[in-house]
Amino acid sequence: MTDDTLSLVLFSGTDDKLTSAAVLTVGAAAMGRKVNILLQYWALDAFRADRVHKDHGVAPEAGPAGIELVQQHGTEHWSELLRQAKQIGEVAIHACSHSMEMFGIAKDDLDPLVDGVEGVASFFMEVDGPLTFI
Amino acid sequence: MSATIAKTLDMKGFNCPLPIAKTAQAIREIEPGELLQVLATDPGSVPDFKAWCRTTGNQLVEHTETDGVYRFVVRRKG
Repeated sequence: MTDDTLSLVLFSGTDDKLTSAAVLTVGAAAMGRKVNILLQYWALDAFRADRVHKDHGVAPEAGPAGIELVQQHGTEHWSELLRQAKQIGEVAIHACSHSMEMFGIAKDDLDPLVDGVEGVASFFMEVDGPLTFI
Repeated sequence: MSATIAKTLDMKGFNCPLPIAKTAQAIREIEPGELLQVLATDPGSVPDFKAWCRTTGNQLVEHTETDGVYRFVVRRKG
């Protein structure tokens, strides 16, 4: 079990889903598992260096009561959790080259948490188990 | 406790995944064979510490609960 890589594709860019992904990542890193993350679409947009700490909202199913709940029970910011995960274990975060082009994002526009840009083929080279899509 | 605690980590008031995340970092700051004490209030930390120790090979020497505070003593893998 511990040899399995946790592979995540982050698509959604709302703070609740990014936090969920960051919690899984930091937990897996603490358990000694490698983590392999690909950022696409709205998740990639949230990793722009100048937007990381902006309010990215919550998933549509939250509703007004859900938004309040998430704000009250907020843990550390997802970017901080991911930074800790990188200190604890082997966590690779890559930007999807297609989304980069679509959004007109350059590597230097992204937070230093992002290790580089890659396509799906190189992403799948590191996938050795199930793939989770968030 | 007969053995000496080398380091104490106070995670009271913090929820998953922070107690385990900080423990994974703190265990590196003590020597193999030394003891790390962690205090937490998250009930989920009980199964989490058992799982974390089983997976990482560090030893959960003891865990107790007093007035809602969980105390874990972990011996770093030698």
